[in-house]
Amino acid sequence: MINTLSSILILAGVFFYLAGSIGLLRLPDLYSRLHALTKADNLGLGLLMAGLALHSQDLFVMLKLLLIWLAVLAASATSAHLIARQARRQETGS
Amino acid sequence: MLTTQILYALAGCVIMALGLRGALLHASLLQRIVAINVMGAGVFMLLIAVAYRGPGLPPDPVPHALVLTGIVVAVSATALALALVRRLHAEQDDD
Amino acid sequence: MNTMSLLVFDGLLLLSIVGLAWASLATTDIRRGVILFIAFGLLLAVAWGRLLAPDVALAEAAIGAGLSGALLLAAVHRQPRPLPPGSANDSMNRGTAAVSMAVRWAVTLLSAALAGTLAWALLHAFSSTPHDMLPRAISGNLAASGVSNPVTAVLLNFRAYDTLLELAVLLTAVLGIFSLGQATPGYRPAGPIFDGLVRWLVPVLILMAGYLLWVGAHAPGGAFQAGATLAAAGVVLRLAGRSRIGLPDGFMLRIVMAAGVGVFLLVGLSLLLLGRPFLAYPPAWAGALILLIETAAMLSIAATLLLAFLGGQPESTGVKAAANRQREELPRC
Repeated sequence: MINTLSSILILAGVFFYLAGSIGLLRLPDLYSRLHALTKADNLGLGLLMAGLALHSQDLFVMLKLLLIWLAVLAASATSAHLIARQARRQETGS
Repeated sequence: MLTTQILYALAGCVIMALGLRGALLHASLLQRIVAINVMGAGVFMLLIAVAYRGPGLPPDPVPHALVLTGIVVAVSATALALALVRRLHAEQDDD
Repeated sequence: MNTMSLLVFDGLLLLSIVGLAWASLATTDIRRGVILFIAFGLLLAVAWGRLLAPDVALAEAAIGAGLSGALLLAAVHRQPRPLPPGSANDSMNRGTAAVSMAVRWAVTLLSAALAGTLAWALLHAFSSTPHDMLPRAISGNLAASGVSNPVTAVLLNFRAYDTLLELAVLLTAVLGIFSLGQATPGYRPAGPIFDGLVRWLVPVLILMAGYLLWVGAHAPGGAFQAGATLAAAGVVLRLAGRSRIGLPDGFMLRIVMAAGVGVFLLVGLSLLLLGRPFLAYPPAWAGALILLIETAAMLSIAATLLLAFLGGQPESTGVKAAANRQREELPRC
Protein backbone atom coordinates (compact mmCIF):
# COMPACT_ATOMS: atom_id res chain seq x y z
CA MET A 1 0.00 0.00 0.00
CA ILE A 2 2.75 2.41 0.98
CA ASN A 3 4.68 1.36 -2.10
CA THR A 4 1.76 2.11 -4.44
CA LEU A 5 1.22 5.50 -2.85
CA SER A 6 4.89 6.43 -3.07
CA SER A 7 5.03 5.20 -6.68
CA ILE A 8 2.05 7.41 -7.53
CA LEU A 9 3.72 10.41 -5.92
CA ILE A 10 7.01 9.77 -7.73
CA LEU A 11 5.23 9.37 -11.06
CA ALA A 12 3.34 12.62 -10.45
CA GLY A 13 6.64 14.34 -9.72
CA VAL A 14 8.15 12.99 -12.93
CA PHE A 15 5.09 14.21 -14.85
CA PHE A 16 5.61 17.74 -13.52
CA TYR A 17 9.28 17.59 -14.48
CA LEU A 18 8.26 16.51 -17.97
CA ALA A 19 5.82 19.40 -18.14
CA GLY A 20 8.55 21.80 -17.05
CA SER A 21 10.96 20.50 -19.67
CA ILE A 22 8.36 20.74 -22.44
CA GLY A 23 7.67 24.27 -21.27
CA LEU A 24 11.37 25.07 -21.44
CA LEU A 25 11.52 23.90 -25.04
CA ARG A 26 8.24 25.25 -26.34
CA LEU A 27 7.49 28.53 -24.55
CA PRO A 28 8.28 31.71 -26.50
CA ASP A 29 10.39 33.95 -24.29
CA LEU A 30 12.72 33.94 -21.32
CA TYR A 31 10.25 34.94 -18.61
CA SER A 32 7.66 32.28 -19.38
CA ARG A 33 10.44 29.69 -19.58
CA LEU A 34 11.58 30.77 -16.12
CA HIS A 35 8.01 30.24 -14.92
CA ALA A 36 7.98 26.71 -16.30
CA LEU A 37 11.39 25.87 -14.86
CA THR A 38 10.90 27.22 -11.36
CA LYS A 39 7.28 26.38 -10.62
CA ALA A 40 6.79 23.08 -12.40
CA ASP A 41 10.22 21.70 -11.50
CA ASN A 42 9.96 22.61 -7.82
CA LEU A 43 6.50 21.10 -7.53
CA GLY A 44 7.81 17.99 -9.25
CA LEU A 45 10.72 17.87 -6.82
CA GLY A 46 8.33 18.22 -3.86
CA LEU A 47 6.21 15.32 -5.06
CA LEU A 48 9.32 13.25 -5.73
CA MET A 49 10.60 13.96 -2.22
CA ALA A 50 7.21 13.09 -0.73
CA GLY A 51 7.22 9.77 -2.55
CA LEU A 52 10.77 8.99 -1.44
CA ALA A 53 10.02 10.02 2.15
CA LEU A 54 7.03 7.67 2.24
CA HIS A 55 9.13 4.88 0.79
CA SER A 56 11.93 5.26 3.29
CA GLN A 57 9.72 5.35 6.44
CA ASP A 58 12.57 6.78 8.51
CA LEU A 59 12.05 10.09 10.31
CA PHE A 60 15.58 11.39 9.80
CA VAL A 61 15.51 10.63 6.09
CA MET A 62 12.16 12.41 5.80
CA LEU A 63 13.51 15.49 7.58
CA LYS A 64 16.64 15.53 5.39
CA LEU A 65 14.52 15.29 2.24
CA LEU A 66 12.33 18.17 3.49
CA LEU A 67 15.43 20.25 4.14
CA ILE A 68 16.77 19.50 0.66
CA TRP A 69 13.46 20.51 -0.92
CA LEU A 70 13.35 23.81 1.01
CA ALA A 71 16.94 24.61 0.08
CA VAL A 72 16.32 23.88 -3.62
CA LEU A 73 13.14 25.97 -3.48
CA ALA A 74 14.96 28.99 -2.09
CA ALA A 75 17.95 28.62 -4.39
CA SER A 76 15.94 28.18 -7.59
CA ALA A 77 13.59 31.04 -6.73
CA THR A 78 16.59 33.32 -6.15
CA SER A 79 18.28 32.19 -9.37
CA ALA A 80 15.10 32.77 -11.36
CA HIS A 81 14.83 36.26 -9.87
CA LEU A 82 18.47 37.04 -10.70
CA ILE A 83 18.14 35.78 -14.28
CA ALA A 84 14.92 37.73 -14.85
CA ARG A 85 16.38 40.90 -13.36
CA GLN A 86 19.49 40.65 -15.51
CA ALA A 87 17.40 40.06 -18.63
CA ARG A 88 15.24 43.08 -17.75
CA ARG A 89 18.34 45.23 -17.25
CA GLN A 90 19.72 44.16 -20.61
CA GLU A 91 16.41 44.95 -22.32
CA THR A 92 15.95 48.42 -20.87
CA GLY A 93 19.64 49.29 -20.69
CA SER A 94 20.79 48.36 -24.19
CA MET B 1 31.96 -10.37 -15.50
CA LEU B 2 29.00 -8.12 -14.78
CA THR B 3 26.93 -6.45 -17.49
CA THR B 4 26.90 -3.22 -15.52
CA GLN B 5 30.68 -3.18 -15.36
CA ILE B 6 31.04 -3.73 -19.09
CA LEU B 7 28.43 -1.07 -19.91
CA TYR B 8 30.03 1.61 -17.75
CA ALA B 9 33.58 0.70 -18.78
CA LEU B 10 32.71 1.01 -22.46
CA ALA B 11 30.96 4.32 -21.83
CA GLY B 12 34.06 5.50 -19.98
CA CYS B 13 36.24 4.63 -22.97
CA VAL B 14 33.89 6.52 -25.32
CA ILE B 15 33.86 9.61 -23.09
CA MET B 16 37.64 9.52 -22.84
CA ALA B 17 37.95 9.32 -26.63
CA LEU B 18 35.56 12.27 -27.02
CA GLY B 19 37.55 14.32 -24.55
CA LEU B 20 40.88 13.45 -26.16
CA ARG B 21 39.61 14.40 -29.61
CA GLY B 22 38.25 17.68 -28.29
CA ALA B 23 41.45 18.49 -26.43
CA LEU B 24 43.56 18.00 -29.55
CA LEU B 25 41.32 19.68 -32.10
CA HIS B 26 39.71 22.70 -30.49
CA ALA B 27 41.45 25.97 -31.13
CA SER B 28 39.83 27.76 -28.20
CA LEU B 29 41.79 27.33 -24.99
CA LEU B 30 38.73 27.26 -22.76
CA GLN B 31 37.13 24.49 -24.77
CA ARG B 32 40.37 22.53 -24.57
CA ILE B 33 40.25 22.79 -20.79
CA VAL B 34 36.66 21.54 -20.79
CA ALA B 35 37.70 18.68 -23.10
CA ILE B 36 40.53 17.64 -20.77
CA ASN B 37 38.06 17.61 -17.88
CA VAL B 38 35.71 15.42 -19.93
CA MET B 39 38.63 13.06 -20.64
CA GLY B 40 39.32 12.89 -16.92
CA ALA B 41 35.68 12.08 -16.26
CA GLY B 42 35.90 9.18 -18.70
CA VAL B 43 38.90 7.79 -16.85
CA PHE B 44 37.04 8.14 -13.53
CA MET B 45 34.13 6.20 -14.97
CA LEU B 46 36.53 3.42 -15.98
CA LEU B 47 38.00 3.24 -12.48
CA ILE B 48 34.65 3.17 -10.71
CA ALA B 49 33.29 0.57 -13.12
CA VAL B 50 36.29 -1.62 -12.26
CA ALA B 51 35.60 -1.10 -8.55
CA TYR B 52 31.94 -2.17 -8.78
CA ARG B 53 31.48 -5.76 -7.71
CA GLY B 54 27.73 -6.16 -7.98
CA PRO B 55 24.79 -5.23 -5.76
CA GLY B 56 25.64 -7.77 -3.08
CA LEU B 57 29.31 -7.09 -2.32
CA PRO B 58 30.66 -3.75 -1.09
CA PRO B 59 32.68 -2.06 -3.82
CA ASP B 60 36.46 -1.98 -3.86
CA PRO B 61 37.45 1.21 -1.99
CA VAL B 62 40.90 1.71 -3.55
CA PRO B 63 39.70 2.96 -6.98
CA HIS B 64 37.21 5.17 -5.14
CA ALA B 65 40.05 6.78 -3.23
CA LEU B 66 41.99 7.17 -6.49
CA VAL B 67 39.04 8.88 -8.19
CA LEU B 68 38.48 11.17 -5.19
CA THR B 69 42.12 12.25 -5.36
CA GLY B 70 41.77 12.60 -9.12
CA ILE B 71 38.76 14.90 -8.89
CA VAL B 72 40.53 17.27 -6.51
CA VAL B 73 43.74 17.29 -8.58
CA ALA B 74 41.69 17.87 -11.76
CA VAL B 75 40.00 20.93 -10.30
CA SER B 76 43.27 22.42 -9.09
CA ALA B 77 44.86 21.82 -12.50
CA THR B 78 41.82 23.43 -14.15
CA ALA B 79 42.14 26.43 -11.84
CA LEU B 80 45.82 26.87 -12.71
CA ALA B 81 45.06 26.44 -16.41
CA LEU B 82 42.33 29.11 -16.24
CA ALA B 83 44.68 31.52 -14.48
CA LEU B 84 47.23 30.91 -17.23
CA VAL B 85 44.58 31.56 -19.90
CA ARG B 86 43.59 34.80 -18.19
CA ARG B 87 47.20 35.96 -18.04
CA LEU B 88 47.73 34.91 -21.67
CA HIS B 89 44.75 36.98 -22.82
CA ALA B 90 45.98 39.93 -20.78
CA GLU B 91 49.41 39.71 -22.40
CA GLN B 92 47.92 39.36 -25.88
CA ASP B 93 45.68 42.38 -25.38
CA ASP B 94 48.65 44.49 -24.38
CA ASP B 95 50.44 43.91 -27.69
CA MET C 1 15.55 -5.10 -7.72
CA ASN C 2 14.49 -6.00 -11.23
CA THR C 3 17.63 -6.35 -13.36
CA MET C 4 15.78 -5.47 -16.54
CA SER C 5 14.63 -2.11 -15.22
CA LEU C 6 18.12 -1.43 -13.86
CA LEU C 7 19.54 -2.17 -17.30
CA VAL C 8 17.10 0.28 -18.87
CA PHE C 9 18.03 2.89 -16.26
CA ASP C 10 21.75 2.34 -16.89
CA GLY C 11 21.24 2.59 -20.63
CA LEU C 12 19.29 5.86 -20.39
CA LEU C 13 21.73 7.37 -17.91
CA LEU C 14 24.78 6.47 -19.99
CA LEU C 15 23.10 7.70 -23.15
CA SER C 16 22.43 11.04 -21.47
CA ILE C 17 25.97 11.28 -20.10
CA VAL C 18 27.69 10.47 -23.40
CA GLY C 19 25.24 12.74 -25.23
CA LEU C 20 25.99 15.63 -22.88
CA ALA C 21 29.74 15.08 -23.25
CA TRP C 22 29.47 15.11 -27.03
CA ALA C 23 27.17 18.15 -27.05
CA SER C 24 29.38 20.07 -24.65
CA LEU C 25 32.40 19.57 -26.93
CA ALA C 26 30.64 19.94 -30.27
CA THR C 27 29.02 23.30 -29.67
CA THR C 28 30.62 26.47 -30.99
CA ASP C 29 29.40 28.68 -28.14
CA ILE C 30 31.79 28.29 -25.21
CA ARG C 31 29.20 29.46 -22.70
CA ARG C 32 26.80 26.72 -23.76
CA GLY C 33 29.61 24.19 -23.69
CA VAL C 34 30.47 25.07 -20.08
CA ILE C 35 26.85 24.87 -18.94
CA LEU C 36 26.45 21.51 -20.66
CA PHE C 37 29.65 20.41 -18.91
CA ILE C 38 28.12 21.31 -15.53
CA ALA C 39 25.05 19.21 -16.36
CA PHE C 40 27.40 16.41 -17.44
CA GLY C 41 29.10 16.58 -14.04
CA LEU C 42 25.79 16.37 -12.18
CA LEU C 43 24.67 13.32 -14.15
CA LEU C 44 28.08 11.78 -13.46
CA ALA C 45 27.33 12.19 -9.74
CA VAL C 46 24.11 10.20 -10.29
CA ALA C 47 26.16 7.50 -12.06
CA TRP C 48 28.58 7.31 -9.14
CA GLY C 49 25.64 6.86 -6.80
CA ARG C 50 24.31 4.08 -9.02
CA LEU C 51 27.71 2.32 -8.88
CA LEU C 52 27.67 2.41 -5.06
CA ALA C 53 30.30 5.16 -4.76
CA PRO C 54 28.59 7.79 -2.54
CA ASP C 55 31.82 9.51 -1.39
CA VAL C 56 32.84 10.01 -5.01
CA ALA C 57 29.31 11.17 -5.87
CA LEU C 58 29.45 13.84 -3.14
CA ALA C 59 32.87 15.01 -4.30
CA GLU C 60 31.86 15.05 -7.97
CA ALA C 61 28.74 17.10 -7.27
CA ALA C 62 30.54 19.59 -5.03
CA ILE C 63 33.94 19.85 -6.75
CA GLY C 64 33.60 18.38 -10.23
CA ALA C 65 30.32 20.00 -11.21
CA GLY C 66 29.99 22.82 -8.69
CA LEU C 67 33.40 24.40 -8.26
CA SER C 68 34.76 23.46 -11.69
CA GLY C 69 31.61 24.89 -13.21
CA ALA C 70 31.95 28.10 -11.22
CA LEU C 71 35.61 28.46 -12.25
CA LEU C 72 34.82 27.86 -15.93
CA LEU C 73 31.81 30.19 -15.93
CA ALA C 74 33.85 32.95 -14.34
CA ALA C 75 36.53 32.45 -17.00
CA VAL C 76 33.96 32.51 -19.82
CA HIS C 77 32.44 35.66 -18.36
CA ARG C 78 35.84 37.37 -18.37
CA GLN C 79 36.46 36.56 -22.00
CA PRO C 80 35.89 39.59 -24.24
CA ARG C 81 33.09 39.19 -26.73
CA PRO C 82 32.11 39.29 -29.57
CA LEU C 83 34.87 37.13 -30.91
CA PRO C 84 36.27 38.35 -34.22
CA PRO C 85 36.14 35.69 -36.96
CA GLY C 86 39.39 33.99 -37.83
CA SER C 87 41.02 34.80 -34.50
CA ALA C 88 42.67 32.22 -32.27
CA ASN C 89 39.40 31.82 -30.36
CA ASP C 90 37.51 30.15 -33.20
CA SER C 91 36.30 26.71 -32.32
CA MET C 92 37.08 23.86 -34.63
CA ASN C 93 33.65 23.75 -36.26
CA ARG C 94 33.80 27.15 -37.92
CA GLY C 95 34.67 27.42 -41.56
CA THR C 96 38.09 28.92 -40.93
CA ALA C 97 39.40 25.91 -39.05
CA ALA C 98 42.91 26.01 -37.74
CA VAL C 99 43.63 22.46 -38.85
CA SER C 100 42.88 20.62 -42.09
CA MET C 101 40.29 17.90 -42.60
CA ALA C 102 42.97 15.22 -42.87
CA VAL C 103 44.43 16.07 -39.46
CA ARG C 104 40.93 16.09 -37.93
CA TRP C 105 40.17 12.65 -39.33
CA ALA C 106 43.55 11.37 -38.17
CA VAL C 107 42.95 12.60 -34.62
CA THR C 108 39.45 11.10 -34.59
CA LEU C 109 40.79 7.74 -35.71
CA LEU C 110 43.59 7.94 -33.16
CA SER C 111 41.16 8.61 -30.31
CA ALA C 112 38.86 5.84 -31.48
CA ALA C 113 41.79 3.41 -31.72
CA LEU C 114 42.95 4.35 -28.22
CA ALA C 115 39.46 3.85 -26.79
CA GLY C 116 39.09 0.57 -28.67
CA THR C 117 42.39 -0.78 -27.34
CA LEU C 118 41.45 0.23 -23.81
CA ALA C 119 38.02 -1.38 -24.13
CA TRP C 120 39.54 -4.59 -25.51
CA ALA C 121 42.04 -4.71 -22.62
CA LEU C 122 39.28 -4.13 -20.07
CA LEU C 123 37.00 -6.80 -21.51
CA HIS C 124 39.91 -9.19 -21.44
CA ALA C 125 40.59 -8.31 -17.81
CA PHE C 126 36.93 -8.63 -16.83
CA SER C 127 36.63 -12.12 -18.27
CA SER C 128 39.40 -13.48 -16.07
CA THR C 129 38.79 -14.30 -12.42
CA PRO C 130 38.73 -11.17 -10.30
CA HIS C 131 41.42 -10.60 -7.71
CA ASP C 132 39.94 -9.31 -4.48
CA MET C 133 43.11 -9.51 -2.44
CA LEU C 134 43.13 -5.75 -1.86
CA PRO C 135 39.48 -5.38 -0.73
CA ARG C 136 39.89 -8.36 1.58
CA ALA C 137 43.03 -6.85 3.11
CA ILE C 138 41.26 -3.54 3.62
CA SER C 139 38.17 -5.04 5.25
CA GLY C 140 40.43 -7.19 7.41
CA ASN C 141 42.42 -4.22 8.70
CA LEU C 142 39.51 -1.77 8.87
CA ALA C 143 39.05 -2.22 12.62
CA ALA C 144 42.64 -1.13 13.31
CA SER C 145 42.46 1.89 11.02
CA GLY C 146 40.54 4.18 13.37
CA VAL C 147 37.55 4.78 11.06
CA SER C 148 34.81 2.55 9.74
CA ASN C 149 34.35 4.13 6.28
CA PRO C 150 36.67 2.11 4.00
CA VAL C 151 37.29 4.99 1.57
CA THR C 152 38.35 7.29 4.42
CA ALA C 153 40.53 4.52 5.79
CA VAL C 154 42.27 4.15 2.43
CA LEU C 155 42.65 7.90 1.94
CA LEU C 156 43.77 8.90 5.41
CA ASN C 157 45.44 5.80 6.77
CA PHE C 158 46.46 3.08 4.33
CA ARG C 159 47.43 5.48 1.52
CA ALA C 160 47.93 8.60 3.62
CA TYR C 161 51.13 9.40 1.73
CA ASP C 162 49.17 9.86 -1.51
CA THR C 163 46.77 12.25 0.22
CA LEU C 164 49.71 14.21 1.60
CA LEU C 165 51.09 14.61 -1.91
CA GLU C 166 47.64 15.53 -3.21
CA LEU C 167 47.43 18.36 -0.66
CA ALA C 168 50.87 19.44 -1.84
CA VAL C 169 49.54 19.51 -5.42
CA LEU C 170 46.70 21.78 -4.28
CA LEU C 171 49.17 24.10 -2.57
CA THR C 172 51.39 24.19 -5.65
CA ALA C 173 48.43 25.04 -7.86
CA VAL C 174 47.36 27.94 -5.68
CA LEU C 175 50.93 29.24 -5.48
CA GLY C 176 51.04 29.13 -9.27
CA ILE C 177 47.77 31.06 -9.42
CA PHE C 178 49.17 33.62 -6.99
CA SER C 179 52.23 34.14 -9.15
CA LEU C 180 50.14 34.84 -12.24
CA GLY C 181 48.41 37.98 -11.05
CA GLN C 182 45.95 39.68 -8.75
CA ALA C 183 42.49 38.43 -7.93
CA THR C 184 39.64 39.42 -10.23
CA PRO C 185 37.67 42.49 -9.15
CA GLY C 186 34.68 41.59 -7.03
CA TYR C 187 31.03 41.79 -7.97
CA ARG C 188 28.65 44.59 -7.05
CA PRO C 189 26.64 44.22 -3.80
CA ALA C 190 23.61 41.99 -4.17
CA GLY C 191 19.99 43.09 -4.00
CA PRO C 192 17.75 42.15 -1.07
CA ILE C 193 16.62 38.77 -2.41
CA PHE C 194 20.05 37.34 -3.10
CA ASP C 195 21.40 38.92 0.06
CA GLY C 196 18.59 37.29 2.07
CA LEU C 197 19.42 33.91 0.56
CA VAL C 198 23.09 34.36 1.42
CA ARG C 199 22.31 35.31 5.01
CA TRP C 200 20.92 31.92 5.89
CA LEU C 201 22.61 29.79 3.23
CA VAL C 202 26.18 30.46 4.38
CA PRO C 203 25.64 29.37 8.02
CA VAL C 204 23.85 26.25 6.77
CA LEU C 205 26.78 25.49 4.45
CA ILE C 206 29.27 25.92 7.28
CA LEU C 207 27.20 23.60 9.47
CA MET C 208 27.01 21.06 6.65
CA ALA C 209 30.76 21.22 6.17
CA GLY C 210 31.32 20.44 9.83
CA TYR C 211 28.84 17.58 9.61
CA LEU C 212 30.49 16.14 6.50
CA LEU C 213 33.88 16.32 8.20
CA TRP C 214 32.63 14.51 11.29
CA VAL C 215 30.53 11.90 9.54
CA GLY C 216 33.32 10.96 7.14
CA ALA C 217 34.68 8.55 9.70
CA HIS C 218 31.70 6.20 9.52
CA ALA C 219 29.59 7.24 6.52
CA PRO C 220 30.17 8.84 3.11
CA GLY C 221 31.83 12.18 3.62
CA GLY C 222 35.22 13.45 4.63
CA ALA C 223 37.65 16.35 4.40
CA PHE C 224 37.40 16.93 0.64
CA GLN C 225 33.63 17.19 0.49
CA ALA C 226 33.62 19.37 3.63
CA GLY C 227 36.32 21.64 2.20
CA ALA C 228 34.40 22.00 -1.05
CA THR C 229 31.23 22.97 0.87
CA LEU C 230 33.13 25.63 2.79
CA ALA C 231 34.63 26.92 -0.46
CA ALA C 232 31.10 27.06 -1.91
CA ALA C 233 30.06 29.25 1.03
CA GLY C 234 32.92 31.61 0.23
CA VAL C 235 32.02 31.62 -3.48
CA VAL C 236 28.41 32.53 -2.66
CA LEU C 237 29.61 35.38 -0.44
CA ARG C 238 31.86 36.60 -3.25
CA LEU C 239 29.03 36.49 -5.79
CA ALA C 240 26.86 38.52 -3.40
CA GLY C 241 29.42 41.30 -3.55
CA ARG C 242 30.60 40.99 0.03
CA SER C 243 34.06 42.30 0.76
CA ARG C 244 34.70 39.74 3.51
CA ILE C 245 34.35 36.19 2.25
CA GLY C 246 35.80 34.24 5.11
CA LEU C 247 39.45 34.28 4.04
CA PRO C 248 41.92 35.50 6.64
CA ASP C 249 44.44 38.11 5.56
CA GLY C 250 48.19 38.23 5.25
CA PHE C 251 50.02 35.90 7.60
CA MET C 252 46.96 33.92 8.75
CA LEU C 253 46.09 33.18 5.13
CA ARG C 254 49.50 31.61 4.59
CA ILE C 255 49.06 29.54 7.74
CA VAL C 256 45.67 28.28 6.59
CA MET C 257 46.91 27.51 3.09
CA ALA C 258 49.84 25.49 4.42
CA ALA C 259 47.88 23.87 7.27
CA GLY C 260 46.86 20.79 5.32
CA VAL C 261 50.34 19.76 4.27
CA GLY C 262 51.85 21.12 7.48
CA VAL C 263 49.75 19.19 9.96
CA PHE C 264 50.10 16.05 7.87
CA LEU C 265 53.88 16.38 7.85
CA LEU C 266 53.97 17.20 11.55
CA VAL C 267 52.01 14.08 12.41
CA GLY C 268 54.18 11.94 10.17
CA LEU C 269 57.45 13.33 11.48
CA SER C 270 56.34 13.04 15.12
CA LEU C 271 55.56 9.40 14.48
CA LEU C 272 59.06 9.04 13.00
CA LEU C 273 60.53 10.58 16.14
CA LEU C 274 58.56 8.10 18.24
CA GLY C 275 60.22 5.24 16.38
CA ARG C 276 57.29 4.24 14.11
CA PRO C 277 57.39 4.31 10.30
CA PHE C 278 56.34 7.54 8.58
CA LEU C 279 52.55 8.08 8.88
CA ALA C 280 51.99 4.71 10.57
CA TYR C 281 49.43 5.68 13.22
CA PRO C 282 49.25 3.63 16.42
CA PRO C 283 45.79 1.97 16.33
CA ALA C 284 44.68 3.54 19.62
CA TRP C 285 45.35 7.08 18.32
CA ALA C 286 44.42 6.53 14.69
CA GLY C 287 40.88 7.96 14.89
CA ALA C 288 41.95 11.14 16.68
CA LEU C 289 44.94 11.69 14.39
CA ILE C 290 42.78 11.20 11.30
CA LEU C 291 40.26 13.76 12.59
CA LEU C 292 43.05 16.24 13.31
CA ILE C 293 44.56 15.85 9.86
CA GLU C 294 41.15 16.02 8.20
CA THR C 295 40.25 19.26 10.01
CA ALA C 296 43.44 20.96 8.89
CA ALA C 297 42.99 19.53 5.39
CA MET C 298 39.40 20.80 5.20
CA LEU C 299 40.44 24.38 6.01
CA SER C 300 43.33 24.17 3.58
CA ILE C 301 41.19 22.75 0.76
CA ALA C 302 38.49 25.36 1.34
CA ALA C 303 40.98 28.22 1.25
CA THR C 304 42.70 26.81 -1.85
CA LEU C 305 39.49 26.31 -3.83
CA LEU C 306 38.18 29.75 -2.83
CA LEU C 307 41.49 31.38 -3.85
CA ALA C 308 41.30 29.48 -7.13
CA PHE C 309 37.88 31.04 -7.71
CA LEU C 310 39.25 34.46 -6.89
CA GLY C 311 41.81 33.88 -9.62
CA GLY C 312 44.86 35.36 -7.99
CA GLN C 313 46.36 36.97 -4.95
CA PRO C 314 43.68 38.80 -2.98
CA GLU C 315 44.22 42.39 -1.96
CA SER C 316 45.18 42.59 1.69
CA THR C 317 42.68 45.34 2.52
CA GLY C 318 39.06 44.40 3.08
CA VAL C 319 39.59 40.71 3.75
CA LYS C 320 40.58 41.35 7.31
CA ALA C 321 38.05 39.43 9.39
CA ALA C 322 39.00 35.97 10.53
CA ALA C 323 36.56 33.20 9.68
CA ASN C 324 35.07 33.15 13.19
CA ARG C 325 34.29 36.81 13.30
CA GLN C 326 32.74 36.58 9.83
CA ARG C 327 30.39 33.86 10.98
CA GLU C 328 29.34 35.81 14.08
CA GLU C 329 28.53 38.99 12.21
CA LEU C 330 26.48 37.42 9.46
CA PRO C 331 23.00 36.95 11.02
CA ARG C 332 22.49 40.69 11.43
CA CYS C 333 18.98 41.78 10.39
